[in-house]
Formats: sequence, structure tokens, C-alpha cells
Amino acid sequence: MTNVVIAEESKGKLNLERGLNAFREQIDAPVAAFFSSCVHCGLCAEACLFYTETGDPRYTPINKLEPLKRIWEQEYTLWGRAKKALGFAKPVTDELLEQWEPLIYDACSLCGRCSEICPVGNDISGMIRKTREGMVASGHAPEGLVGASFRAVKTGSPMGVKLPALQAQIRHIEADTGMTIPIDVQGADYMALLSSMEIINFPEYIEALAKIFNQAELNWTLCSEAFEATNSGIQIGSSDIAQELVERVVRGAEKLGVKTVISPECGHAYTAIRWEGPNLIGRKYPFKVVHILELLDELKAAGRLKTSSKESMSVTLHDPCQVVRKGGVRAQPRELLKLVNDNLHEMPDAGKMNWCCGGGGGVSANERAEPLRLKVFKRKRDQIESADVEAVVTFCANCRMMLEEGLEHYDMDMPVYSLTEMIADHLEPSVEEPSAVNVEEEDNE
Amino acid sequence: MNNSMDFLLWVKGPAFEIALFIFVAGILIRVIEILLLGRKADLSEARSSDVRAGIRTVLNRSIPESGILKKAPFVIIVGYLWHICWFISFFLFVPHIEVINYLLGISWPGLPNQFVDTAAVIAMISLLAMLIYRFNHPVLRFISTREDYLVWLVTFLPLLSGYFAFHHTFEPYAMLLGLHILSVELFLVIFPFTKLMHVITVLMARWYNGVSLGRKEPENQEVQS
Amino acid sequence: MFTQDSLGKILKSHGVSRRGFIKFCSTLTSMLALHPAMAAKVAESLEKVQRPSVIWLHFQECTGCSESLTRSHAPTIESLIFDYISLDYHETLLAAAGDAAEKAMHEAMQAHKGKYLLVVEGSIPLANPGFSTVGGQSNLDVLQNVAKDAAAVIAVGSCASFGGLPNADPNPTGAVSVSDIIKDKPIINISGCPPIPVVITGVLAHFLTFGVLPELDNLGRPKTFYANTIHDRCYRRPFYDKGLFAETFDDEGAKKGWCLYRLGCKGPTTYNACATVKWNDQTSWPVEAGHGCLGCSEPRFWDGGGFYKALSLPDSDVRKMAGYAVATGLAAGAIAGIANKIKKQDMLKQHEVVSVDDWDDKS
Repeated sequence: MTNVVIAEESKGKLNLERGLNAFREQIDAPVAAFFSSCVHCGLCAEACLFYTETGDPRYTPINKLEPLKRIWEQEYTLWGRAKKALGFAKPVTDELLEQWEPLIYDACSLCGRCSEICPVGNDISGMIRKTREGMVASGHAPEGLVGASFRAVKTGSPMGVKLPALQAQIRHIEADTGMTIPIDVQGADYMALLSSMEIINFPEYIEALAKIFNQAELNWTLCSEAFEATNSGIQIGSSDIAQELVERVVRGAEKLGVKTVISPECGHAYTAIRWEGPNLIGRKYPFKVVHILELLDELKAAGRLKTSSKESMSVTLHDPCQVVRKGGVRAQPRELLKLVNDNLHEMPDAGKMNWCCGGGGGVSANERAEPLRLKVFKRKRDQIESADVEAVVTFCANCRMMLEEGLEHYDMDMPVYSLTEMIADHLEPSVEEPSAVNVEEEDNE
Repeated sequence: MNNSMDFLLWVKGPAFEIALFIFVAGILIRVIEILLLGRKADLSEARSSDVRAGIRTVLNRSIPESGILKKAPFVIIVGYLWHICWFISFFLFVPHIEVINYLLGISWPGLPNQFVDTAAVIAMISLLAMLIYRFNHPVLRFISTREDYLVWLVTFLPLLSGYFAFHHTFEPYAMLLGLHILSVELFLVIFPFTKLMHVITVLMARWYNGVSLGRKEPENQEVQS
Repeated sequence: MFTQDSLGKILKSHGVSRRGFIKFCSTLTSMLALHPAMAAKVAESLEKVQRPSVIWLHFQECTGCSESLTRSHAPTIESLIFDYISLDYHETLLAAAGDAAEKAMHEAMQAHKGKYLLVVEGSIPLANPGFSTVGGQSNLDVLQNVAKDAAAVIAVGSCASFGGLPNADPNPTGAVSVSDIIKDKPIINISGCPPIPVVITGVLAHFLTFGVLPELDNLGRPKTFYANTIHDRCYRRPFYDKGLFAETFDDEGAKKGWCLYRLGCKGPTTYNACATVKWNDQTSWPVEAGHGCLGCSEPRFWDGGGFYKALSLPDSDVRKMAGYAVATGLAAGAIAGIANKIKKQDMLKQHEVVSVDDWDDKS
């Protein structure tokens, strides 16, 4: 066994030793079982957008795991150790990591299709997430994501959005609609989170939330200390940074004493706060986390979400990977869409195995990956084309951006809508009968 | 005397003991290594039972998802054919069942030889087809290592030698049978140190995949079409 | 002991009709896989042939091979043929004894130097020459002596051919076969415990007819009799192919005559003619009698792992070995696993929290 001693002078800096250490920390029973089981059948390539649209075999998902695989084999198997002792092992070097960096960051959106396809059951995207820990610690994370993480930690948002920007948007909405957007309401039932993308590019989302919650008479609030749902730490693949960001939300929710935190229409935010969060901070939450669509579906079931009109235009649904495939929110979007549109044309592979927009997993924040991302958007373009519709509906702000950019890149003039906003646009004009609703509110918590 | 019967007795005796030792000890080491690494408990609130998800994944993963079936029909179909025919050739041939019965004390009826013979031929053809595919497909050629080709060879040899032995293709028979058993011993020896381990770890891999991803699934999961 | 009468004449004087003789020759011809037209030639040759001198030596054996040839249920042509070779020395059949017998042998060796046939029954002990002697001479000395001027050596039975029972593990006498000692003479092995009588006579007839030994397989056995396995010619083979096996000697399968593979039949590895020639005037043979083939015509058939153990089974104490393997695997696995755990814990202890300040300037 090698005891890696990190030299005193290198402490505090990112370097190869720290990276190797991080790889070693990440290896657990599932990783060992996965690597032991891979038969090099190559099916994961066929599941991966980055391979199918480029034909480049380097983008085969399992190949992206070479650094982690070497550490596992050489340091956690008796056989691999023997091979290493005899000089048959290829080491993990800075050159290797540099070579692999674009494969791990630019060519993987952590969409998780490979993990669903792999016949032996390898959770490949889960292992890429783990590999990124070592990439960060060894100083091999892409600049775009480093910048986003830096901004997220220092200013509170990866896009540099600070509280005043949100307050300005709130003022706009309040002036336009006459509604009040609750903020820092102590003891509210629900605390809504937002993504910077929504604050900057899609403020209609905040308005939509307010309209829907007003109609449903939901006791909700925003939190001035924790309004940002996105988590750059998850994308760059650093649990330490991710933990810091999740803790802000947890602190905010605990301070206000809310019962439920609402994850916005953002995919990776949902993964961060709903699934990874408790593991990052090392304890269970004293509150529940729901995706906005889960909440809307509950409200609909309770009769508190009433729409009065439907659109006739033909639409297709884009399933955000983190919400649908990896988040399990699958039936709700289709049920909710029925409230406002009866003209859904599913694209091929819709639902659990839908294809990624290409910008998940931090790819959208990584400028270097942009040409590749737009290239692989071909798949989504083809899917949308074969659905032959007038508009695309989705429920992830990042997907929405990526769809808009991608469609523009491929000269397709087609609007992309947020499902939550669509519903908000077709709400029944509010009628004053608060007494009936209060009773039902009890069931919903 | 240096003859084929001596050779047969050697492969059935000392060689088999060595192979069995490496096979059993090797597998145990690998499995224990994996298990002892352990995994952290997931603190997030599960949407559905992870145990059920684990079992479901262990079973369901044998059924290809329809999209991948369309994208890579060759690998799926030939892969299926290979595994089924290999299974028949190995587990449903009476002399093999006798060995298993001798080693483990469990027995079952075998298939008539013509079926086993046909299955063995199909298994060999599918293996050859997969090798050619591996040479030609850009992804497979790219990700294949020397180990992949070694494992291919060591998997192919028992089928070929078994086929020859069954048909008495060469004389003397004792030599053929000995070579067949030797090729199986080679298979047993490399098994714990190569991807052949997937035979065992596939259950663990699917289980871990199922419990970590399946807990996020809605409880009443419709079967993936 | 010497007579110049031809074989045909002698057969006649023993009441064997011409018709019976021709029939025997036809049988031999077909068994030797010769063209049917050769039957006449065989008959002609045998009728005319001068009796060749044969010296028959017994070493470590049970005389079962001689018995097989001579104790058929009724006098057969196979046994009669003994009368028509000049059996100048055969320890168990010879009337003479002691010095007279030795003298007969030496006379024959002198008179037919380079032409006589040497038949050997039994294996030769090498561990200690005293283990088996005749008249104070060790088997090894006798064999080397007699073989020196023989035209060819016929090793009758599995002991002479391959060492047989005396050679079985742990082989206390250091028994070896004829071919282990004699390297410069044509040797033909007629293996079997005992060999089929007609195979012995067939080989003799071939030698008498053509003056040379028949074509041999890689174990020095006449191909005509040892070309096929018992399994390939077995009348129970269809049951094997259909997967129908007797599980015990008295179950339904056994009564229905199903395949005896599971009961340890060594038919698949055994080359011999039992399945076609059968025994005792074509009455039956072991498998027909309900017992698996023991593989007696193959080298080391005693050490083949048990007569009642299916052929495919490993021949070792697998349980003991599996026990060692499990113990080793568990111990080594635990050590490796714990080492991994310690290492991982170490790594976690050494973990330095990644902070955005670790990057120089990215704001």
C-alpha cells in the first residue's frame, strides 16, 4: 500500500497528487463492480450523443473513465497491484488527465443514457461524476466551469447574479402584475428556488410561479440568502464546492423554517438539491424537496390548479435528463401539459430515454465545448423535426437555452416554452373563494 | 510412457486441481475486494424502494432497451445468441452436467446431443462474428485491449476443442478430450483476472446501478418499451 | 517339435472342412479390412504356409491372455491355429519343463534366427530384476536375449503393451511395457485385458499371409482392430445422442438398455473391436451385458479415475482442493480488502478541501 504524503509546500494548490488522492477517495464497491463487469461491448457509445453525432470513438463513455479505471485496477485489485509491481501498469499522469479533460467535461453532459443502456449495469455517468472530483483536485477542470464555480461561491450565482438583480426583477413583476412576490417570509410552507438563467433570461418564470401559487393560495416565499438553485460544484464535479452551495440553501430553508423547498425547472439544480444535497452535507434535511412539476401535479390533483383555456398549436416535449431520466419526474409533465394543450406529438425516444440537449452537466458553462455542443445538437434537431410541430415545451431553464441556441444554429425558427409558464398563461382567472381551499391545504404537506 | 492417456490423466488430475484452485480463490479475492470497499449510505429521501429497484435492474437489464436495439442490433442479437448457445453447450451437455454434479452435487437433465452440437456451432459462429465486428467497428476497435482478444481466444478454444472431441475429428480421442479439458482449465485460470469476471460481477453491477438510480424512480414503474 | 506340414493339411486332419476354413479366411479378411477378393489369397497363403516358429514369453501377468485364446467355450479355429504355428516355447502350455524347455527355446532361436516371432505376455519389472524371474533369469534379460534375433515382437495384452495392472499407480515393481525396452524391432501391441482372441489370430494370420505386420496406430496397435472407439460402434450410442442415460445399474434406464456413460463407461476413450466382434463366439460383450466399458485396451486404464466415475469427471480430490482454494481466497481477499479500506481511509484523512481559492485567479 502506498501512503501518499503530500509535500507541505504544495498544500493548498491543485496538483496531480491531490487529484490521484481524490480518485482514490472516489473508488467504492459499485465502481469496482462496474469496472470488473465491463466487457467492452461498445453499446455505451451508441447511447451517447457525443459519439452518435460525431462518430469519434474517443467519446465512447467507458473510454472517458480511463483515469479512474487505472487507479482502481492498479491500487484496489491484488492482480493490478501485481501487474504494477512487475511494471505492466500505465500510470495516471498530468498528460493523461490533460488529454482526457475534454472527454470528461466537453463530451459528457452527465445525461445518464449510458448508465441506462449498459447491459452489465454500469453506472458510467455516475463514474464520470466521480472522475471529475479527481480532475478538479488535479487542476484539470475547464476554465468555463472554474469561472462559474468561482462566481457561484463568491457572488452567489454562477452567472454573477446578485440579490439586487433579483430584487429588480421582482419589482418589475410586481409593477407589471400587481402581485406581491413574497420574500423571506418566516414560517412559509414552501420556499421556491430559482436558477440564475431564470432571473436573467426568463423572469417570466418568477411571474408564473407567483400567478400559480396565488391561485392555489400557497403559503410560499423566496429567500434572499438562498434563491439560487444551480450548483456549479455538481457540474465541475467538486463535492466540496457543491457542499458549500447546498449548505446555503439548507441554511436559508432552516432559517425560514419552511416545510418544502421547490426546485425550479432546472435539471441539475434538482439533482443537486434533491439527490446529492443530503449526501454532500452528510445529513438528512428537515424539509422536503420537490421539483416544481411535482408540486404542480399535486396541486392539480388537489383541484387547486385550474386552467381555463387550451392552445391548439402542435407541440413536442423535450425531457430534461436530470428531471426525467435521472430524477424520476416522468408522468407529471405529460399530465400537466394536457391541461393546456391537446396537441402533443412525442418525439422519437421521448420519455425516460430521451436525448440530451447537449448542454447538461456543465457543458453549457464550458465555452470551449460550444462547437461540439452545437454539433451534437443535430440529434435533438432531428428528433424535433420528426415530431413535426410548431413549438417545443420543456421544463429546465438550461435545456431551454440550449434548445433556443441549437434551433437557431440549425436555422429552425421555433419557439421553446417552459411548461410552468405555459400553465401560468392559461390559469383560470382567480375567483374569491378562499374558504374551500384552506381545508385541502392540510393534505398537501 | 508419454501418451495421450497420460496427458488426459494429467489434465483431469493435477492440472484440474491447479485450475480449480486459481479459479475459486481468484474469484473469492475479487468479490471480497469489491464488497469490502463498501459504499456510503444514500441520505436523500428515496422515492421508491431501492431493494426492489436493485432486483428489478438485475432482472430487467437483460432486456435491451428498444432504442439501443435499433441502433446496435448486431451486438444485441449476436450477444444474445452467443450467451444462450454458450449456456446450452456448457450446461445442457450430459458429460458437463456430470462434472457439475460431481463438483457441486446438483444435477439436471441434459439435451440430446444434436441440439448441443448445433448450439456449439452457433456459439462459435457468433464468437467469430463478434471478433470480426470487433476488428471492424470503429468503437470496438478503439476500446479493445489485448485482454479482449486473449479472452476471446480462451473462450473460443473450449468450444472448438469440445466440438472436435465430440466429433472425434482427430485421433486419439483421449488427446482431444485432454486438450478440451486443458482449454477449459485455461479459461478457469484467467477467469478471475479478466473481464470474464463479469459473469459474477454483473449481478453486483446491476444491483448497485439499480439501488442508486432506481430509488429515484416512481414506484409504479412502467416496463420500458 | 518340427514339422513341415502345411497349415491347410493340418486343419483338415483336425476335421476342419475346407468350407469352414474358407469361411474363417473370409472373416479374417474382412476383419483385417482387406478387399473381399483377398479372401482367396489369404486362404491360399495360409494353406501353403510353413509353420513359423513362435516363442511365447510370460512375465508379470496372469495368463489371462493365453486363457482368452485357448479357453473358448468350444474349440475354435482361432485356438486351433495355435496348433499350426510352431509354438516352440510357451511356459504354460509346454509339456517339457526345466532344462528341456530351455533347450527347446534355444534350439528354436538358433534354427530360426532372425525369423521367429516373439510373443510377450506381461510387463517387465525394472525396479528390481528379482521381482520376476524364470529359471533364475530376470524377465529383462530373457526379453533382451530372445528379442535380439526375433523377426518381430507381438505384445499380447495390456501388460505387455502398456504395462497394464502391474504398472498401475504406485507401480511397486517398476513395471514397463515391451516397447519401453525393445527399440530396434518391429513391435505390435495387441492390448486388452485380455485381448479379443480373434484379434490375436488375425494379427498372426496377417503376418503369415503377407510376411509383415499390419498397419499400426500411434500406440502400436493394429489399426484394423483399434481404429474405432467402443463408443462410436456401440449399439447403445443412439441413447447417448438422445440424452437417455442409466443412472444406476438397476433403474428403468438400465433395464431399457440406455447409455452407461453416467455409470462410468469408458467407451468414448477406448479403441477396440468389442462392440463389433463381441466375445465368446459373438455371444455378447460387456456393454451388452449391462456394464460400462472399463477401457482395458488403453494405457493406464487402472488409473483412469474409477470404473464407475463418468469419463468427464476430474480425477482428483477436488473437495480438498476446493477447500484450500476457499480458505486461501477468503484470507487473501480479506487482507487485500482491508488494505484497500485502510488506504481509502488514509486518502479521506488526507483530503484537502477544494475551494475556489485554489485557482489562481478566475474571477
